[in-house]
Amino acid sequence: MSGLFSSSIARKVAMALSALFLVFFLLIHVAVNMLSVFNEELFNTASHFMGTNPLVQFAMQPILMFGVVFHFVMGFVLEIKNKKAQGVKYYKNNGAANSTWMSRNMVYSGAAILFFLILHFKHFWVHEMNVKYINPLPEDPNRYYEELVHVFQSPITVVIYVIGFIFLALHLLHGFQSAFQSMGANNKYTKAIKGFTKAYAIVIPALFAFVALFHHFNH
Amino acid sequence: MNLTLKIWRQKSKDTKGKMVDYKVTDISEHMSFLEMMDVLNEQLVAKDEEPVAFDHDCREGICGMCSMYINGEAHGPDRGITTCQLHMRMFNDGDTITIEPFRASAFPVIKDLVVDRMPFERIQQAGGFISVNTSGNTQDANAIPISKHAADEAMDAATCIGCGACVATCKNSSAMLFVAAKVSQYALLPQGQVEATDRVLNMVKQMDQEGFGNCTNTGACEIECPKGISLENIARMNREYLKASL
Ligand code: HEM
Ligand code: SF4
Ligand code: FES
Repeated sequence: MSGLFSSSIARKVAMALSALFLVFFLLIHVAVNMLSVFNEELFNTASHFMGTNPLVQFAMQPILMFGVVFHFVMGFVLEIKNKKAQGVKYYKNNGAANSTWMSRNMVYSGAAILFFLILHFKHFWVHEMNVKYINPLPEDPNRYYEELVHVFQSPITVVIYVIGFIFLALHLLHGFQSAFQSMGANNKYTKAIKGFTKAYAIVIPALFAFVALFHHFNH
Repeated sequence: MNLTLKIWRQKSKDTKGKMVDYKVTDISEHMSFLEMMDVLNEQLVAKDEEPVAFDHDCREGICGMCSMYINGEAHGPDRGITTCQLHMRMFNDGDTITIEPFRASAFPVIKDLVVDRMPFERIQQAGGFISVNTSGNTQDANAIPISKHAADEAMDAATCIGCGACVATCKNSSAMLFVAAKVSQYALLPQGQVEATDRVLNMVKQMDQEGFGNCTNTGACEIECPKGISLENIARMNREYLKASL
C-alpha cells in the first residue's frame, strides 16, 4: 500500500472513483427530479424521504459532499501539476489534430459545473438548512414541489441552469469513459462503454434541463 | 517549393530562445523533412551563420532521435511516422512551417531543437529489463510456450522507439504511453513475471520523480505515436500498478 496515494496512477484512480460515484449520484438525482414532472405527490414523498431519512442525511449526504469536494480539489491539483510538467508553451500547438475539445478542457467544464453547483447549493441546500435548523418552520411534507417551482420562475436561474447542464454534458462526454481507462479497463467492452457514455452524457443533462424548463413554462 | 520556416533558436540550456524566420528555396517534394533541414543548414554555413542543431541518427524511423514539433504536431502532420520519414510532399509551395523542440519540463532544451531525453533512460534503468543468466546456460526463448496473441501484443508494445512524441504531444507532458509500452512488453510474457511487481512500481516512481504529468486520457499520444502504441497499454500498466500496490 505504501505510496499508493502519492503516485500519479493512484491519484488517477482516486479521481476516477470519485467521478463514477458522482455519475451514479446523478442518476438518482435525475430520477427524483423527473417525478416532479409526472406526479407532484410522488415528488414530495421522495423529497421528504431524502430530506428526513437519517441514513440519507447523515451518511449518504456527507459522503456525497466529500465526493464532490475531493473530485474538484483533486481536479484542480492535477491541473496545476500538469501545467508545471508542461513548462514552456508551444508557439503553435494543433491540439484538435489528435484529441477532442472535451478531453482538453475538463478543468474548464469542471469549473463551470462548480460555479453552477454553488448557485444550486444556494437555491436548495442553504434553503433546506435554513428551514430545518436555523429558522425552523413547522414540518410540511408537501413544501418541496412548491419550492422547486418557485426556484424555476426566474428566467435568469433557468438560463444559468441550462448552461450548467451543457457543461455537465461536455464534462461527462469525455469523463465517463475516461474513468474506466483510468481504472485499467480497456478491453472488448470499451466500445460499448464509449457508446453508453455518449448516451448518458447527453440524456441525463438533457433531462435535468427539461425539468427546469418544464416548471418555468408550466406555472 | 519555396518555404518560410519559423524555427526555435536557443544557444544553450540557460539562455532564452526565440522563433526566427528563414527562407528556403527549390525544395524538392521528394526530400524528407530532415533533408530540407540539411539544405537550410548548408545555406546558413555558407553565410557563416550558426546552423540549426537538431537530433537525428538512423533516418529510417527506428532510432527515435529526430524530434521536432512541426506545425503544432510531434513529427509533423502525417501519421505513423517520425520526422525523418516525413516527406516534403505533405507541404505546399509558399507554406510557412513552424518548427519547435519537443516541450516538457522533464525534457529541457539543450540547443535549438535538441532536447534532453535522459529521463526516458533513467525510467528504463529503473525496471525496463529482465535478469537473464548469461553464463552459457541461457535457455532458448523458444523453449517457453507463449500464445500467439500474447506474443503479438508484447511485440506491438516493444516497437516503441522511445522518441518522446507522446510526452511532447500530451497537454500534461505525461510519459504514460512510453512507460506503459515498456511495462507491457514484459508484463505480457512469462519471462517478465518474476520481476513484474518491482518493475511497474519502480518505473512509475521514476516517471513521477522526473516530473512528467498525469495522464488525463485525451488519447493524443496514441494518435501521434510513430509506432501506433495503443492506450490499451496504459490501462494494462494501471492494472499492473494496482495489482503490485495492493
Ligand atoms: C465540481 C466541479 C467539478 C470540477 C472542478 C471537475 C473537474 C474535473 C477535472 C479537472 C477532471 C479531469 C481530471 C482527470 O481526468 O484526471 C475531471 C474528471 C472527471 N469528472 Fe469532474 N469535475 C467537477 C464535477 C463533476 C461532476 C458533477 C461529475 C459527474 C457527475 C464529474 C465527472 C467526472 C468524470 C467522470 C471524470 C473523469 C475521471 C477520469 O478520467 O478518471 N465531474 N473533473
Ligand atoms: S510510445 Fe510512441 S510516441 Fe511514445 S516514446 Fe514510444 S514510440 Fe515514441
Ligand atoms: S532519425 Fe532515427 S527515427 Fe528519425
